Amino acid sequence: MHEYSLVEALIGRVEAEARRRQALAVHGLSIRVGELAGVDPELLRTAYETFRAGTVCERAELRLTTRAAAWVCPSCDAPIERGAPLRCPACEVPARLVEGSDALILDAIDLEVP
Amino acid sequence: MCTTCGCGDTELVPVELHEKILAGNDRTARHNREHFLEAGVLAVNLMGSPGAGKTAVLEATARAAASKGWRLGAVSADLATDHDAVRLERAGIPSRAITTGQACHLDAELVHRALHDLPWRQTDVFFIENVGNLVCPAIYDLGQAANVVVLSVTEGEDKPLKYPVMFKAAELVLISKADLVPHLDVDVAAIEDALARVMPRPERIVVSARTGEGLDRWVAWLERRRLELGLVGRIAGLAGHVHPPGARGDRPAG
Ligand SMILES: Nc1nc2c(ncn2[C@@H]2O[C@H](COP(=O)(O)OP(=O)(O)OP(=O)(O)O)[C@@H](O)[C@H]2O)c(=O)[nH]1
Ligand SMILES: [Mg+2]
Ligand SMILES: [Zn+2]
Ligand SMILES: [Zn+2]
Ligand SMILES: [Zn+2]
Repeated sequence: MHEYSLVEALIGRVEAEARRRQALAVHGLSIRVGELAGVDPELLRTAYETFRAGTVCERAELRLTTRAAAWVCPSCDAPIERGAPLRCPACEVPARLVEGSDALILDAIDLEVP
Repeated sequence: MCTTCGCGDTELVPVELHEKILAGNDRTARHNREHFLEAGVLAVNLMGSPGAGKTAVLEATARAAASKGWRLGAVSADLATDHDAVRLERAGIPSRAITTGQACHLDAELVHRALHDLPWRQTDVFFIENVGNLVCPAIYDLGQAANVVVLSVTEGEDKPLKYPVMFKAAELVLISKADLVPHLDVDVAAIEDALARVMPRPERIVVSARTGEGLDRWVAWLERRRLELGLVGRIAGLAGHVHPPGARGDRPAG
């Protein structure tokens, strides 16, 4: 359950940013999780709800966007069918993972500043 | 502060970051990678299910690589014991246990801390045996040159399809315990087919730690990686390194 250590890293990062900008409070954060990020979005949310009490994120709503994984041919751009071998049948080259498929990204924080 | 009248109202500002949540780990991993490269060490992160045969493969590697004259080293992650490190020592691989306690994976900081306790600079190939787990270790960069997954023939042909993140991260899969195939209802071709659906470059070697099958190909693979990284023929252990300020996990003595 590395979701807990991820939330620790996440809250640590938000704390540092809030301190740097002398924020009075954090109202929300947006994160993006790709299907191949190796993270269970629901577990991540549960871990966040458990850990945010008593931290700078106490009142910060977590906005979580998920994204399905996709592979394409790097040569002809044809999408690889889900579940198929990761090789373009036409060009005979290894597929490329579409950006965002394995994203695990903190996009934005809403800070209340003086 | 409200700029019109200075009344002290607060403002809500969206701060765009677009940063990896694991950016901190990735920074420490880059630092580890510098350590390994400057010292001429090939670092391999060995992952796989509990009991897949990771330690057994390393024990067999010590035997199979004996003629290469490589100096080997290892750290072995273990939730509670140091059994694997003891086994590796006995096989002739200087090793330390990294006791992870509750953690289900190694991270770059744990590895960096362990390095400071080991003569890893004097090694040619350094193995990091990760926690037996097909999920969590995959997303933590440790500073390795290559991720290798040990998948035993006893685990079921569809394991790669169930754990695509782990196999996507792998450069090589060692299909282990090949000596058991005659006793099992398993089709190695089906495992290979599953690998091709989760790895764009499905490199694999069928091995048995018991009989030594395939280990020559595995040792040759390691040798090729050393060549590709330009590690061959360098004198290891001479380069010093500077810790960037705030590098996590550093000790003053390092
Ligand atoms: N028949 C056979 N058994 C093997 C082979 N390799 C490992 N085993 C057995 O599989 C079991 C687990 O092997 P380990 O090497 O401890 O596996 P591991 O992946 O290091 O296990 P953890 O570190 O606990 O996750 C042991 O009982 C080994 O004897 C093999 O090539 N053939
Ligand atoms: Mg082991
Ligand atoms: Zn985990
Ligand atoms: Zn194509
Ligand atoms: Zn260091």
